[in-house]
Amino acid sequence: MASKRIAVAKTYKIYIGGKFPRTESGRYFTLEDKKGKVIANMCRGSRKDFRNAVVAARNAQTGWAKTSAYLRGQILYRIAEMLEGRREQFIAELKLQGATQRAAETEVDLSIDRLIYFAGWTDKYQQIFSAVNPVSSSHFNFSVLEPTGVVSILAPDDTSLLGLIANVAPAIAGGNTCVVLASESKPLSAVSFAEVLHASDVPGGVVNILTGFRAELTEHFASHMDVNAVIYCDGSKAVAKTVQVLAADNIKRVIARNQVDWSGDAENPYLIRDTQEVKTTWHPIGV
Amino acid sequence: MATAENKLAFDGGWGYDPAPESTDHIEIKSRYGLFINGEFVKPEMGKYFDTVNPATEERLSRIADASQADVDKAVAAARAAYRGPWGRMKPAERGKYIYRISRIIQERAREFSVIESLDGGKPIRESRDIDVPLAAAHFFYYAGWADKLDYAFPGRRAKSLGVAGQIIPWNFPLLMASWKIAPALACGNTVVLKPAETTPLTALKLAEVIADAGLPPGVVNIVTGAGATGAAIVEHPGVDKVAFTGSTNVGRMIQKKLAGTNKKYTLELGGKAANIIFADAAIDQAVEGIVNGIFFNQGHVCCAGSRLFVQESVADEVIAKLKDRMETLIVGDPMDKNTDIGAINSSMQLEKIRSYLKIGKSEGGEMHQSSCSLPKKGYWCRPTIFTGVSQSSRVVQEEIFGPVLAIQTFRRYDEALVKANNTPYGLSGGIWTDKGSKIFKMTQDLRAGVVWANTFNKFDPTSPFGGYKESGVGREGGLHGLDAYVKLGA
Repeated sequence: MASKRIAVAKTYKIYIGGKFPRTESGRYFTLEDKKGKVIANMCRGSRKDFRNAVVAARNAQTGWAKTSAYLRGQILYRIAEMLEGRREQFIAELKLQGATQRAAETEVDLSIDRLIYFAGWTDKYQQIFSAVNPVSSSHFNFSVLEPTGVVSILAPDDTSLLGLIANVAPAIAGGNTCVVLASESKPLSAVSFAEVLHASDVPGGVVNILTGFRAELTEHFASHMDVNAVIYCDGSKAVAKTVQVLAADNIKRVIARNQVDWSGDAENPYLIRDTQEVKTTWHPIGV
Repeated sequence: MATAENKLAFDGGWGYDPAPESTDHIEIKSRYGLFINGEFVKPEMGKYFDTVNPATEERLSRIADASQADVDKAVAAARAAYRGPWGRMKPAERGKYIYRISRIIQERAREFSVIESLDGGKPIRESRDIDVPLAAAHFFYYAGWADKLDYAFPGRRAKSLGVAGQIIPWNFPLLMASWKIAPALACGNTVVLKPAETTPLTALKLAEVIADAGLPPGVVNIVTGAGATGAAIVEHPGVDKVAFTGSTNVGRMIQKKLAGTNKKYTLELGGKAANIIFADAAIDQAVEGIVNGIFFNQGHVCCAGSRLFVQESVADEVIAKLKDRMETLIVGDPMDKNTDIGAINSSMQLEKIRSYLKIGKSEGGEMHQSSCSLPKKGYWCRPTIFTGVSQSSRVVQEEIFGPVLAIQTFRRYDEALVKANNTPYGLSGGIWTDKGSKIFKMTQDLRAGVVWANTFNKFDPTSPFGGYKESGVGREGGLHGLDAYVKLGA
């Protein structure tokens, strides 16, 4: 007679530089289901975790930016493949955090498709947004897009999987690396998504994911001097002000994404362009 | 290589005769009001300040100092014009007004050049051949965009923002005004612009042009004043967009001031460009490029090639030729057509440059200046180079905004790249080599918004300009320059 098997619960950890450490701070916060039953003890990420993640992101940035557009596209496509394969797990996790079966299915499907969408852009946005400029002097002059660099992302709280992917995918499609703060109220999907990234040939450090308290970490995401751009989703007016004031210390690009319907109007290459710089090159024409 | 024997002698008893541009055909009023709602008006507080010719230290005119009340009036006029005739105008008609501005600047080009050089100290040859023609070209380029915006943003509809508050620097006064005003108008916005307090005259002359072109009152308003006037524009609740060109410190303050508002902003800030000379470069051309990079416009250029990196094997040759070439540069009367380096823009700026010369020497740098004589009156600085400096030297790290070059050497490509990118700035850069593949590698690897390969300090209305990192946010010029003045809707 078979005895009742004890399930093996997962330890939800953070994702830095292609590794899954616990927070260096040793702190945690408890995630409960609707009935008050403990689902997981999440890492309560610290400033130090964030700083470590920025170092990892910076180290990975040049290599990722130089990865060919074709290969970046294939890697994004690979993420989608891995997510598709673990579709049921992600649906179950969303349900655990309060979603209905139908809402969970929709969010996971949209997330997979969003990755495919941006996978297809990696070798095309440059052609849409670059230019050859007809200068009057005898020079060949052209403008191309280059990644801004390291991007910190305060992901939306509500759409914890789709919202995260909808912000991460365009940033990395364009050759940036990023550090993401996951949804505080629904952090499970972000950690599981890190495992998907880990199995998808995404180089370590390209995407780093922390869990923790937004109120505690926002100022660090905005102020770090080696971060080139900060994206914040659904910030209150006070948060917007804090982020923008702190970002000014190194003239960060500040991208506000408030009240975006991530299931609707969030498929366009302008989301890639938000974290791109225009570089213009001049060269004389002559013999 | 230049040696004592074959060195060209420039002190052989001959020199250029003076060739001054005449100033008798221009008119500068003794006093200028503020250009608000299509006419010149007195400032509410009745205060004026002097604008001075930096080459003679003589007053050119008295300029209105705009207070909060004046800025309020200007913003209200701009808002009314936006809600009224300008906002309702067909884009093609808007474009025709901008074309008119361009044509009138061309007609009055000589007058603009002379006033620009009188007020700012830049050599007449530069204002005549660069600043003024480029300003006219900028209006001409953006005029044509007015009715073609739907083609600039695929899949999106571009809508105007409203009132643009614009603050410009003193190094290219008319040209910067055109960089700001032309795209703003083309995209359907109205403007409140503040020129720098040391160089307001060509912006006020541009106000005359705008009035002559028949633009509806309030579409462009020009308010003069110093920092307080600028702050009043930045913080004005009626301003929808702020465009600023100036120092990184002020840019940072502006970005903080705008925090929590929904104002869109573009910042074009400081720079400390690397100019990198490889051993396989055409050395004589490279030396010309170095000179153009750092001594153009007295070095008052945010994208100036103020850090020189020379490959070690040719360093002695390049530096010797550079010193020779510096001896030939004519420093003096900006109105003289032979002048290469004019007057430093203001006594304040001269003080700043001098303090950096002291800092450079005290940090152990070896300073070399050309031996030219300087006029007795006015603000002048000889072309200057520092050798024996390191990455941590302040003259290597900080923007001086004068004719001062910091020279370092390198052995390998990687060393040049790491040193070049070791700066919080990222506005521009230069590379000199005969090898095409090296050009493409270096221009890709440099973290800067504009890269000149085998050339330097070139500008064109079709060519986007702007920086990475702490050199700013956004681009001016070209298709990409439209972005700053529109919001994109589905």
